[in-house]
Amino acid sequence: MSDITLNVASANPEATPRSAPITVVGPVAWMRENLFSGWLSTAVTLVLAYVVIRSVVGFVDWAFINAIWWVPVDARGVAQTQACRALEGSGACWAVVTEKHRFMLFGTYPYEQHWRPAIVCLLFIGLYIVSALKRFWNWRLIPIWAVTLTAIGVLMWGGVFGLPYVPQERWGGLPITLILATFGLAFAFPLSILVALGRRSNLPAIKVLCVVYVELIRGVPLISLLFMASVMFPLFLPEGMNIDKLLRAQIAIILFAGAYLAEVVRAGLQSLDKGQYEAADAMGLSYWQKTGFIILPQALRMVIPPLVNTFIGFFKDTSLVLIIGIFDLLTAGKTAIVEPAWQGFGVEVYVFVGLIYLVFCFAMSKYSQGLEAELNRHRRR
Amino acid sequence: MVQFSRHSVFRMIGGALLASAMALPAAAQQAGSATLDAIRARGTLICGVNAGLAGFAQPDSQGVWRGFDVDYCRAVAVALFNDASKVRYVPTTAQNRFTALQSGEVDMLSRNTTLTLSRDTSLGFDFPAISFYDGQGFMVKTSLGVRTARELDGATICVQPGTTTEQNLTDWSRANRVRFTPVVIERLEDLVNAFVAGRCDAFTTDVSGLAATRAVQARPADYTILPDVISKEPLGPLVRHGDQRFSDLVRWIHFGLVAAEEFGITAANVQEAAASDARPEVQRMLGKNGDLGRMLGVDNVWLVNVLRATGNYGEMFDRSLTPIGIQRGPNALWTTPGGLQYAPPFR
Repeated sequence: MSDITLNVASANPEATPRSAPITVVGPVAWMRENLFSGWLSTAVTLVLAYVVIRSVVGFVDWAFINAIWWVPVDARGVAQTQACRALEGSGACWAVVTEKHRFMLFGTYPYEQHWRPAIVCLLFIGLYIVSALKRFWNWRLIPIWAVTLTAIGVLMWGGVFGLPYVPQERWGGLPITLILATFGLAFAFPLSILVALGRRSNLPAIKVLCVVYVELIRGVPLISLLFMASVMFPLFLPEGMNIDKLLRAQIAIILFAGAYLAEVVRAGLQSLDKGQYEAADAMGLSYWQKTGFIILPQALRMVIPPLVNTFIGFFKDTSLVLIIGIFDLLTAGKTAIVEPAWQGFGVEVYVFVGLIYLVFCFAMSKYSQGLEAELNRHRRR
Repeated sequence: MVQFSRHSVFRMIGGALLASAMALPAAAQQAGSATLDAIRARGTLICGVNAGLAGFAQPDSQGVWRGFDVDYCRAVAVALFNDASKVRYVPTTAQNRFTALQSGEVDMLSRNTTLTLSRDTSLGFDFPAISFYDGQGFMVKTSLGVRTARELDGATICVQPGTTTEQNLTDWSRANRVRFTPVVIERLEDLVNAFVAGRCDAFTTDVSGLAATRAVQARPADYTILPDVISKEPLGPLVRHGDQRFSDLVRWIHFGLVAAEEFGITAANVQEAAASDARPEVQRMLGKNGDLGRMLGVDNVWLVNVLRATGNYGEMFDRSLTPIGIQRGPNALWTTPGGLQYAPPFR
């Protein structure tokens, strides 16, 4: 039977179903349509293709083919970077990252104790992942956070369980960035909700307080707040009494982030239909029941994109603490290239540090997209 | 400057409160030292250092602080505790360094800070010693063919903003009628890159910084440091005003380091010298005779310990500053022509 069909087909080519010519469908057609539809379009395509290929080839040459990954270190601990300098920019000197990566990641933390901040970073990442999973969104999250943060404190400070004590000014690198960002946002977010609710309150005293707080903090740059915390604040304290520099910076960041997030949350509150408030009132719910069960879940869901926008912004803003002499990730990277042997290899260090920031910010962004799609599914029509 | 005067107002208010509270035991204060007592009770010296300046203070790949200024912190810790690890280094920026010292966050600053009249008086500090004589100079590309700074009329000059460097440049150009276009860039590394890339004809900062920059270039001979030095920048450690005993200790540690170089005592031979050197002043310095250490409030063999840990002034210089291309110049001993480092007698 099949033979017959085949024979028929070959005997009568006109009857065979043929696909459309490749100039009408498929990738070739797509290219004709979109890239080479006229002489102008063709010219632009060729020029851009040339630029893209040249820059990709150039980058691969620089980053991989001509790159130097390692240089010898002499007996006095000075790196022999002549090989890198001989490249004169034609290749990356990744040796600076190889040599300095532990300093960039952990700052001046005692070298033989680096496993402690390394575990702290992993704990933070684990904490983020657990908090992101929907099945942990209940009371269990509170003990998880409490235990993890205690463990982080114990690991960083030490002084118990046979761990040597490490004072705060020796902390540095990635743990500082994660500490400032995590604590900053973890405290600023609840604060911002209270302030946003307060700003819409009917009680004039609370309303004025919240408006003054938000407008005052939003009216000054973060740098000036950090300067206040670092330079002005200690002068008000009696001599000899010192509040930890990191804690001061942390409080400044919390207050600043709180004011910005409060406005985002308030936008969510305002976007809710008046009927939602009235319906909740009609059911006889108290203010906190109404807010907790009806208003906030809807309002926060709506402002996920601007919230995450602010989160990402603040994750990167923590690098401003460099102006008060705290070694966060970016400052540690900049300090790594102060050493004369390594001066001039800033690009490699910035690429390395930038990649770390990118990983965290991109993960945040992707997660928020998924979250937004899931939480707002019911509203999609 | 506005910021500084505001600080001094707070400091004065605080000082007045403190003074009235402490009016009674004033006599007792004469003998004791609040700073030294606090350091001893704590068991560590807290030293404010630069957050990263090649040769003077910078953490190495393992995060250990090294440099010329850092060695002064270590020397003070050794004199007090005979242990160079009893120091906590607090990185400070140009903006928050003075507050850190005023508020007691650090015991002393060893952070390439220029001694000026206003810092010594209205800011309320003491500069016990000048550890490094610096001055502002210019570097140009050799190919430019400029021989003196006066020839820079009409040039573009790369300079860091907000520092005394910028003020000195303006003062100097006004005095010498040299017109220039400033290229102002905040970070030193970026400034150097701009200069190397040819965005400006000349680059100005302290001579030590120029030498360090020149030494790391691929072809140092392409760059010339002009002979003109347009400012005096005496750098040294500083402490809070009013604690003379601590100030004395820091001062004599510096003098001890300089005198040791003059007498040829090094980290390697200090033990031997302490045991057998016959020169009377060396015997007094190293605690074999007399009570000089006790007069400073530390152990009589303080200088032996210090020299063993850090070496003498010349050794410190050779270890941190010579490798980055800084010449001794005015920081040579007074016995060499042009040298300014001089120690009074140990008697």
